[in-house]
Amino acid sequence: MKTMTGPDARPAPHDPKPAARREAPGSRRGRGWLTAFLFVLPALVLFVLLVMAPILVAGYTSLYKWNGIGPPSNFIGLDNFTRLFQSDIFAGDLRNGAILIVLGLGVQLPLSLGLAVMLNQRIRGRALYRLLFFAPYMLSEAITAVLFSLILSPEAGMANQLLTSWGLEPWPWLSEPDTVMFSLFLVITWKYFGFHMIIYLAGLQGIPKELSEAARIDGAGGWQVFRHVTLPLLGPTIRVSVFLSVIGTIQLFDLVWILTGGGPSHASETMAVTMFEYGFKRTQIGYSSAISVVMFLISLVFALGYQRFVLRRDLEGASTTMGDRR
Amino acid sequence: MIARLRTYPTHVIIWVAAVFVVVPFLYGLLGGFKSSGQLSGNPLGLPSPWVTENYTDVIGSGAFWRQLLNSLFIAVTTTVLVVALSAMAAFAFARFAFRGREFLFTLFAIGLMFPFAVAILPLFVLLRTFGLLDNPLGVILPQAAFGLPLTVIILRTFFRSIPREVEEAAIIDGCSPFGFFWRVLLPIARPALATVSVLAVVASWNNFFLPLVVLNDPNLWTLPLGVQDFRGQYASDTARILAYVMVSMVPALAFYAVAERQLISGLTAGATKG
Repeated sequence: MKTMTGPDARPAPHDPKPAARREAPGSRRGRGWLTAFLFVLPALVLFVLLVMAPILVAGYTSLYKWNGIGPPSNFIGLDNFTRLFQSDIFAGDLRNGAILIVLGLGVQLPLSLGLAVMLNQRIRGRALYRLLFFAPYMLSEAITAVLFSLILSPEAGMANQLLTSWGLEPWPWLSEPDTVMFSLFLVITWKYFGFHMIIYLAGLQGIPKELSEAARIDGAGGWQVFRHVTLPLLGPTIRVSVFLSVIGTIQLFDLVWILTGGGPSHASETMAVTMFEYGFKRTQIGYSSAISVVMFLISLVFALGYQRFVLRRDLEGASTTMGDRR
Repeated sequence: MIARLRTYPTHVIIWVAAVFVVVPFLYGLLGGFKSSGQLSGNPLGLPSPWVTENYTDVIGSGAFWRQLLNSLFIAVTTTVLVVALSAMAAFAFARFAFRGREFLFTLFAIGLMFPFAVAILPLFVLLRTFGLLDNPLGVILPQAAFGLPLTVIILRTFFRSIPREVEEAAIIDGCSPFGFFWRVLLPIARPALATVSVLAVVASWNNFFLPLVVLNDPNLWTLPLGVQDFRGQYASDTARILAYVMVSMVPALAFYAVAERQLISGLTAGATKG
């Protein structure tokens, strides 16, 4: 999306650069230009019209005060951006995004990795566990959110029913500003940890068994094998999963919108929710476009920086270098 | 074996994770068989008596089936479109050398970094200009467009892996470029096409944000929109909502059961190769 969607956004692990170095097999130099162009054209038209153009449109309308009726005419320069950067709600969006990213990378991904390592061993029923842990990823975020809104609802919800039946106080899962982000994170983890686990498992299966066996013969314990053999070799996989997690968090909408609507009093609002609020509920299209533009710039800077400084190592044949590269 | 000594805590941790995943499903499934009174008194126990009315009402309702068909139509159309266009483009990127090839390919690859949410508002403005609001095409076309980058990249990688000799043989036999693409390349690429199709179906099936802003008419709603609306309509009847939620999950989970291999290979294809 969703996504990762979250999961939906994926990086280009096969960077075009190494491909450029060698010639494509069977390529026809020169003579097929028109043919090739005709093959690319339909995809290109759709892509330019519905992926590139919207970004440009957002850039344009973000410079206007516009309620969406008629063509935009009230040019206000960068005022929408000034207003955005002075807004407490937007500052809260950034804070909430940061919380989710930190929790995602600090808690969810290590958890997924741990489970992947466990399920990579010969364990009874591991195929079943794998199937089960991945199942939530298949559900729409919207359906997941509706289910959890019932589970976490204040009185009739399952979570508080359980707490009271164990003699504990009911917990204000979605109505307490200070902790609502943690409840959201719980739901995100339920939905997405299996996805990351599956990616890690695929990575783990690509690591030859001989390596960890050799390390064990040399006297390494379980943790040492993990730390010095498995983890470094899993580096490329982990870096991709970190990328997907961050990009997914930047555009988080469905879960939040249905579970909390961004509330209570904006405490769980994300950039996409604020954008939706202003764009579709209050028809401040110009201001809302400014939020889109900022979201785009944040994703772009992150994605390019990440490709440049983090993923680059993986494209230099690093995965064939054994041992600890750091 | 050292591994055996460690399996006990391992099992406990896996069990905790399994319970964490299963309980919401179980609560929904059993809850659908309860009356709302039962649900609040007995959230996790077995229903007594079993109330089947919630489920039969959902399955008997026209709204549910209409939403299912809408979701299906949008998912299938999106998938056909994105796979067809991507296969053509990937063919050109993989098997032709032409000026601007790397530039165009990079353009598509950059598309992977555009979060869908960023484009929602301007897309809405564009679709309104084209008169595509309240029209399934207003969902299908943008979904296909945003699906292009990943699909093109996966297919190009696959097309490149097909040996040159295959193409030379086809040309000697008098194949035109399109003939080679249509009669040789696509049949060979069936596994890769299945993989990208599965990814496209899932992405479309689960999309909520775009249908939410494009489709106002309840007759056009997809399942995620329907479920969300159903919750609003029956706010106090939790058991009934649970039944709706659970029935709506069935197609996605059934699809997962059938297409697991393609799905996993598609999702991990990009992630594991350094």
